[in-house]
Amino acid sequence: MNTTNRTVTPCVVVEEEVQFTLVELSRVCRTDVDQLVTLVMEGVLTPSGEAPERWRFGGATLRRARVALRLSRDLELNAASTALVLDLLDEIDALRSRLRCLGSD
Amino acid sequence: MEFKDYYAVLGLERTVAQDEIKRAYRKLARKYHPDVSKEPDAEARFKEVAEAYEALKDVEKRAAYDEVGNRYKGGQDFNPPSGWNRGFEFSGGPEGDGHDFDHSDFFESLFGYQAAGGRGARGRGQRAGEDHHAKVQIDLQDAYRGGRRSISLRVPRIDASGQATIEERHLEVNIPKGIRDGQHLRLAGQGGPGQGDGPAGDLYLEIELAPHPIFRLDGRDVYLDLPVAPWEAALGASVTVQTPDGSVQLRVPPGSSPGRTLRLKGQGLPSVPPGDLYAVLSIRLPPADTPTAQDAYRRMAEAFGDFQPRPVLEA
Repeated sequence: MNTTNRTVTPCVVVEEEVQFTLVELSRVCRTDVDQLVTLVMEGVLTPSGEAPERWRFGGATLRRARVALRLSRDLELNAASTALVLDLLDEIDALRSRLRCLGSD
Repeated sequence: MEFKDYYAVLGLERTVAQDEIKRAYRKLARKYHPDVSKEPDAEARFKEVAEAYEALKDVEKRAAYDEVGNRYKGGQDFNPPSGWNRGFEFSGGPEGDGHDFDHSDFFESLFGYQAAGGRGARGRGQRAGEDHHAKVQIDLQDAYRGGRRSISLRVPRIDASGQATIEERHLEVNIPKGIRDGQHLRLAGQGGPGQGDGPAGDLYLEIELAPHPIFRLDGRDVYLDLPVAPWEAALGASVTVQTPDGSVQLRVPPGSSPGRTLRLKGQGLPSVPPGDLYAVLSIRLPPADTPTAQDAYRRMAEAFGDFQPRPVLEA
């Protein structure tokens, strides 16, 4: 069964043009608001704005939140461990990219 | 359809205690989780492991699986006996417990599409459609130039009779110039359909840049290895260098050593400001495989009589 749609579908680059509210982010990540609040409290996600109803998450949060949620679900991690794993992954990414630049990949 | 031996996937015996299953899963999940693992087949392995765990972690599902499994071996052709699962009533997990991926046909034939995380029409009234996520691989050239790309997605749908089918969907998307690895495109209203008057969800496409044989990426910056002859490094040279978007003339300064990095400002991924292109020099020695070549090396040795290639080692 094929549905063909040959008109160009408009799109935006999330990381550059999108900001999410807490509710929007929970919808995109298919999770509940509480879980995201916990991730903010652990410092995994850093929104701007003071109260949760005024929080705004930059577009790059999408990827970080999704990785955090996958890790906590699949590896059965609590928020603190998820935060630690994400920090270590960031560090590994930075080291890998230095290695790549040096051509030793 | 092949019978899947979920115990073998987790490296366990069928008689294993329930908490061993959890332990085995966690160990393998840490090893193969696609977000942490760099094993080449991590994603496929993790899917297998997660599916096996889903079938075995729940005592009811495990009992049902064992009932069938006692008659099969892994890889054997499997036909679910009709109505085999009558008499088992799965209490079912909380909604949204499912993983991001599709389960195997084998899993679905045993536990049903709903148990496999399939979502039928729920509730009544107005409700926004779900946001969908997919990955799209593009070439470095597409990221440099941007432009129209045809994308096909496989979407599971429930037809009128409640059967799950896979539908192929084609979308034309303008890839924005300068898109980077790991960024997302949002296609408004292209996700799951809304209920009632509810709006459709959005579709998020995660961009994955295909590895390139020549160029390496670091954010907006692009790196390439530039091999030069010893005399080009020593005396300087003007060389033609391929870029993802064409080619440029590059001046190798005299007295360059291996590892020297030459920057081509603004020739990285387009953006505001654009990234840079870095050429990392390496020196290629011509082989000394003819008498003429050997003579050339001998003359070089004479000319550089005082040269100390290993000053530290011989000090």
